[in-house]
Amino acid sequence: MKVSDLVNELSLTVFSGQAGLDHDVTGGYTSDLLSDVMGNVDEGQVWITLQTHRNIMAVASLKEVAAVILVKGLEPAADTMVQSHEEGIPLLGTSLEAFEISGRLYQLLNPRG
Amino acid sequence: MELTYEVEGGNFSKAGHASSSIKKVLKQLNVDPKVVKRVVVALYEAEVNVVAHAYNGIITARVEQGSVSIEVRDQGPGIPDIPLAMQAGYSTASAKVREMGFGAGMGLPNMKKNVDVLNISSQVGVGTRVELITYF
Ligand SMILES: Nc1ncnc2c1ncn2[C@@H]1O[C@H](COP(=O)(O)OP(=O)(O)OP(=O)(O)O)[C@@H](O)[C@H]1O
Ligand SMILES: [Mg+2]
Repeated sequence: MKVSDLVNELSLTVFSGQAGLDHDVTGGYTSDLLSDVMGNVDEGQVWITLQTHRNIMAVASLKEVAAVILVKGLEPAADTMVQSHEEGIPLLGTSLEAFEISGRLYQLLNPRG
Repeated sequence: MELTYEVEGGNFSKAGHASSSIKKVLKQLNVDPKVVKRVVVALYEAEVNVVAHAYNGIITARVEQGSVSIEVRDQGPGIPDIPLAMQAGYSTASAKVREMGFGAGMGLPNMKKNVDVLNISSQVGVGTRVELITYF
């Protein structure tokens, strides 16, 4: 499944980083602690968080995540979008809370799970 | 090959620049991607610790046949009790830093997990030196 499929299936907003919409998605990780994400997210996963500052894109890029989803209708800071664009990592948004969007993403990626 | 970077304490907007640059160099040198990933996790944590806890720092990375050695030396408050600082969950990060999602007390444990050798020495009121060595 590609990031663009998630955008369609989960009605996500695309804030920036359109160049990465064809990234393959291997799974997801939900956390707001940057060191936790640094230590545990895997390449190709989608990172779900409420953090909106630009350091999330540094972590996203170093870990090569497929995309970042901001929850609860939160909007990224302007410099977060700039870095998402530079890195080609999509910065997405949903009005749902982390629990709900994580559940929906899990179902989408594990149809029988 | 030796690379040197300056790190500015308190400047979160630049946190990760050195890690990102060293990552690119290691990739260009065709270092095993698994090794690059481990080095990057440890280095990012060390870099952010200078930003979050110290005043300024210098990162020196040496890439050799079979190893990456990184020294992160800072001028800062130092670490009074290193074994305590190494404990998962221990953090003295400010409320502002925690709000950003830093300060979980997971950085030093992440470093330990991802490199072959982690040496920390520190002098209170002077600064801290962190050495990260990865063999491949
Ligand atoms: N370079 C440093 N200078 C001064 N104190 C440090 C330094 N590095 C770590 N410390 C101390 O050790 C503690 C633990 O560090 P660690 O990296 O594990 O967690 P943290 O930085 O507080 O949070 P996290 O890394 O999860 O964002 C810090 O809160 C701080 O008190
Ligand atoms: Mg830390």
